[in-house]
Amino acid sequence: MGTSSHLERRVRAEERPRRGFEYVEGWGMTAGAESRVWKPRSADEVSEVFRRVGAAGGHLALRGAGRSYGDASVNAGGDVLDISSMNQVLDFDEETGVANCESGVTIRDLWRHSLPRGYWPKVVSGTMFPTLAGAAGMNIHGKNNYKVGTIGDAILEMDMVLPNGDGVTVSRESQPDLFHAAIGGFGMLGAITRVKIATKKIHSGEIAVAGVSVANLAEMMAYVDSHTHDADYLVGWMDCFGKGDALGRGLIHHARYLEPGEDPEAERTMTLAHQSLPGSIMGFPKGEVWRILKLLSHDPGMRLLNFTKHQMGKLEQRKGWYYQSHAAFNFLLDFVPNWKFAYGRKPGRGLIQYQVFLPKESALAGFTEVIERQQRLGHTSYLGVLKRHRPDPFLLTHAMDGWSIAMDFAVTPKNKESLWSATNELTRVVLDHGGRFYFAKDAVIGPRTVESMFDEDKLSAFRAMKEKLDPSELLQTNLWRRAFGNSGTFTSAP
Amino acid sequence: MTGTPDPTPGKAKRALVVGASSGMGAAIVRQLVSEGYAVAAVARRQELLDELAGAAASTGGKGGRVLPIVHDVNRIDEVPGLFEKVIEGLGGLDFYVYAAGVMPDVEPEEYDTEKDLLMVDVNLSGFIAWTNPVARYFHSQRSGTIVGIGSIAGDRGRKGAPVYGATKAAMETLLESLRNRLAERTVRVVTVKPGMIETPMTEHLDKLMMPVSAERAAKDILKVSRGKFWNTRHIPLRWLPVSLVIRSIPSFLFRKTSI
Repeated sequence: MGTSSHLERRVRAEERPRRGFEYVEGWGMTAGAESRVWKPRSADEVSEVFRRVGAAGGHLALRGAGRSYGDASVNAGGDVLDISSMNQVLDFDEETGVANCESGVTIRDLWRHSLPRGYWPKVVSGTMFPTLAGAAGMNIHGKNNYKVGTIGDAILEMDMVLPNGDGVTVSRESQPDLFHAAIGGFGMLGAITRVKIATKKIHSGEIAVAGVSVANLAEMMAYVDSHTHDADYLVGWMDCFGKGDALGRGLIHHARYLEPGEDPEAERTMTLAHQSLPGSIMGFPKGEVWRILKLLSHDPGMRLLNFTKHQMGKLEQRKGWYYQSHAAFNFLLDFVPNWKFAYGRKPGRGLIQYQVFLPKESALAGFTEVIERQQRLGHTSYLGVLKRHRPDPFLLTHAMDGWSIAMDFAVTPKNKESLWSATNELTRVVLDHGGRFYFAKDAVIGPRTVESMFDEDKLSAFRAMKEKLDPSELLQTNLWRRAFGNSGTFTSAP
Repeated sequence: MTGTPDPTPGKAKRALVVGASSGMGAAIVRQLVSEGYAVAAVARRQELLDELAGAAASTGGKGGRVLPIVHDVNRIDEVPGLFEKVIEGLGGLDFYVYAAGVMPDVEPEEYDTEKDLLMVDVNLSGFIAWTNPVARYFHSQRSGTIVGIGSIAGDRGRKGAPVYGATKAAMETLLESLRNRLAERTVRVVTVKPGMIETPMTEHLDKLMMPVSAERAAKDILKVSRGKFWNTRHIPLRWLPVSLVIRSIPSFLFRKTSI
């Protein structure tokens, strides 16, 4: 066998931009499609991907970490651009706490960079894995939305690659229209490749937390409203199985940052080691906990789990204020890795998250009806999370002076049809109460819902901008075709 | 429009065999085709692939077919494009075997870097380059079977085959990592450890211990990869006790032997 001829032809490098082929699905596992997945390493490579896909007459979805629950980064029949390889924190100003990041930097990367320097991201989601590009595209919020706004409010400047391949820098000062439309524009206007974002000075690696058990939704909302001025974070967990006077019973977590000097061991608590999430939960290695949850993943099991959690909430209230690391407080969803597998790993199984936003005037009545009705329809959410929100200046924002409840519904091959028809009913209720939905979570809404939840002039401004920047609709997703298409329905077909 | 993965992966019959033109690879392709699989057969030599494809077309039967793909596993740059071609041509993928491997004769006093690195390239680098996209794909669809061909040669550092043994040991470690990574995704990763199989690769050896034919080995490999019992399996099984003995010989004695 002649060896040297083989060695001469040896090629060790992959082509650039790198690409692969895989089944791309939303976090909730209910939407997915096989796609060519591009993994550019630079803005130039992003632009090269746009050029190649455009030249081939294809279309492209922008994807960060794939943490949106529905079909926001799924593109049946087209390609996907995965930004996660662009993951360097470019610089961090220790005087001001401003981080300049490639957009594939995740919230995890960001806090791990900022915390040892004395800063914490102003806005984080309940999981630390989304990228900044995805977070900006969806304009995500945290448990402090009522106080500090959405992540868009913390972003100072972004670089984008437009569908025609040109690079552009946008901020509130230069190109404010595009800045305010791209944040919350769910990746339809261009790829965000760099994000300059402000973080908050902190004086401890811990945060003071109190659990407040409440008997029903009205009590929960009253408590939250009376503490928006003195709490840095407020979030309510809710047992959606509760009925009548116990409807919306649950546990509020009320948290505040520590003042300078309040934590005598600040130097120690502000280390990464102090922020690690527990490795096991009640003795089980956390990577396997979803298998236990899976055993309870049906209505009677979840009724029991929610009931037990509510009772434990009452005990938690008794212990008064306690301290928790920032990571442990904020990233509850990451305590149980792959918890979504509790809903099943086989095709056709998964979950949808249905997060309903209502203005403060109609929130209590609207939420009550949504919860009562889902119980009646036999689709009770296994989890309910209540948050308070405030309006923001972004074009297609979901936030409003009001409230939201996020709910998780199990999807199985058997219940899918009936679940989708239930969400259709619930969606009508939400719209009747002046509500909105959120693209990072949504899996069901149709064009008529989009038309009725946004102001007409804002929606047409967004459409006009899409038309101008992307006339051939290079950037598309299943979400775009579902919610901005021509089906004329309030919700999609299952 | 939202495609979900094939709802009956157990029944899906789409396979990729890299190193398909001779020896165990070719035997596995023939076997899969006879069971009705669509098989993407990747190899360097066009004429041998054509032969396989021709034989598949003439025996037909259960709808089995061969999608021939000419490729040298040294060309890592070609892999992403070819992998797409495989998925497109087969309409998906359920079963993957990396059977490419070389074992050039190494003289007792030979220390030849080029020859050694060729083994690294074919046995290991090519394996990594092909297995990564396959693993990524199976991970994402949450099903599939990966079969890697290790060797009893990977168990000990033999005088006769230093780098060959090292590449096989590396492969086996890599396969174990993949198995542990992908278990949660219900992807099966199987390491088979053939003893001495009558293939073109072993033709130059003076004598084979307990030899079996490539056909017999292929049959065993497929059987093992479909069962749930073995993660790592000697082919044929009688090599297991032999291997246990060989592994327990202390080094200072082992170097006196010629096994």
